[in-house]
Amino acid sequence: MRRRVVIIACLIAVLSVAGMVSSAHTVYRIRPNDTLHDALFVSSPQAVKKLSLGYSGLLANIYWTRVVQYFGGKHQAGAEEYKALAPLLDITVTLDPHLIAAYQFGSIFLAQPPPDGAGDVDAAVNLIKRGIQANPEYWRLYYSLGYLQYEKRDFKAAAEAFDEGSKKPGAHEWMRTMAALMHAQAGDISTARYLWSRIYEETDDKNIKQNAFMRLASLKVDEEVPQLESAISQYQQRTDRWPASWREMISAGFLKSPPIDPAGEMYLLKPEGRVQVANPKLFRFARHGRPKSPEVP
Amino acid sequence: MSGRIPAIAFSTFREAVRDRVLYNLIFFVLLLVASAPIFGQISVGVERIFLVNLGLTAMSIFGIVIAIFIGIGLVSKEIDKKTLYTVLSRPVRRWEFITGKYLGLAGTLVVNTFLMTLGFYAALLFLTRQLGRADANILVAVYFIILQFFIITGITLLFSSFSTPIESAIYALAMFIVGSFAEDLRGFAAMAHGPQAWLARIASYIVPNLSMLNVITRVSHDQIIPASLIGLNTIYAFFYVTIVVSGAVIIFEFRNLK
Repeated sequence: MRRRVVIIACLIAVLSVAGMVSSAHTVYRIRPNDTLHDALFVSSPQAVKKLSLGYSGLLANIYWTRVVQYFGGKHQAGAEEYKALAPLLDITVTLDPHLIAAYQFGSIFLAQPPPDGAGDVDAAVNLIKRGIQANPEYWRLYYSLGYLQYEKRDFKAAAEAFDEGSKKPGAHEWMRTMAALMHAQAGDISTARYLWSRIYEETDDKNIKQNAFMRLASLKVDEEVPQLESAISQYQQRTDRWPASWREMISAGFLKSPPIDPAGEMYLLKPEGRVQVANPKLFRFARHGRPKSPEVP
Repeated sequence: MSGRIPAIAFSTFREAVRDRVLYNLIFFVLLLVASAPIFGQISVGVERIFLVNLGLTAMSIFGIVIAIFIGIGLVSKEIDKKTLYTVLSRPVRRWEFITGKYLGLAGTLVVNTFLMTLGFYAALLFLTRQLGRADANILVAVYFIILQFFIITGITLLFSSFSTPIESAIYALAMFIVGSFAEDLRGFAAMAHGPQAWLARIASYIVPNLSMLNVITRVSHDQIIPASLIGLNTIYAFFYVTIVVSGAVIIFEFRNLK
């Protein structure tokens, strides 16, 4: 008798598990945008801090993790808007004004243009300035500020940030170089290359390293494509027609070999002398060599 | 007198460590500490900070829960089981009984915290592969957590000396919550005028100032805690505990146990 009860109970339990998993799965499917995405349960940073009962450090870490998850989820979905990003970051740094990662990474999340970020450089600058106010001796925040001002093309402010940061304890020597470059030749590709090389060498975070690598590769494309297009233009002037292949350019002595992009693939020769990379997704920061919209992935 | 208080304290300690709930709570803290590296991994750039915050917060909150839920039964259990009458029929004074009970539970909490700290440092070593001088700074936060336990234990004992266990738990929990807002009470007193200002000021001294004993966030960022704060917090906790335990003794002296 007891054995029968146990067997029936096990069967019911197994069937219930299957039913529960299947119903939960259906709920998840019909509600793809769950509450984690754009909901702020408590929107006031001060109220959240009070509710933490003094354990604000742990709550800041939890909010920071929520920022990372929110950003990651939106980024993966190719979102164009990151509505809750700035308020979540505000709560995070109110809870713990010394959480450096929130300023450093948060400013990148805010600044990068959609779909790689919220595209709000001003909000990113404000976040970093807040970080500097709370942690005035931390030189890397000045570096982040300098980079953001550089992105805004405000080279004077960028130079000031790099210069100020170079005076802080432990600051790298190249902070001075960056300040000088901002004064002298801020708009040059060489300056951008120097900046991204420093970021690439400096960071331990694999996402930032990858981003810097893509930026450097895009800069190389920005350097090479205009040179190739100039050579094609010369070819057109000499022969009165556009080249049909790289072979023709090589035969005419304009190139020694087919040009290869930083991803190791041959550049594509397009009509009317335009040059394009084979895989534009890999060079989304490049200003040259990408297909015109709406082809852009 | 000299041998009676330690005897009661030891007996309280022995009774507390027999409680299965205690082990469950310690196990839960250790589980949380062990899971901290996983939480850190789903975040960015805060692995160690997360471990320190989570580990110390868990130790603090669960320690306070232990202090309250064991503390509320210190006196009432003895009355319910009628063992108190056996104890007091011997040459044991009421104040010795209360003091011994307090020291027994305080000792239990110190041993618990020691075990949880060992677990915490093991997790930290696992995460960072080495322990540095900055990691020793965390011990200051652990010390302050122990001071919090001493205060909460004293408060719980005070309430349990005249009320039922449920009431004691509610009052002690309320004191813990209000104590976390002690700084705000001071701020309110500074802004208010007249009797309200006085009331707020008096209340800010009555409730335990637990916020100044919470340096978890600071040590998570390797900020050095000044020796003056360590000294002053120790003195504050000593006097606060003395006041509440004295209060418990006075109430218990006048309590009709028949």
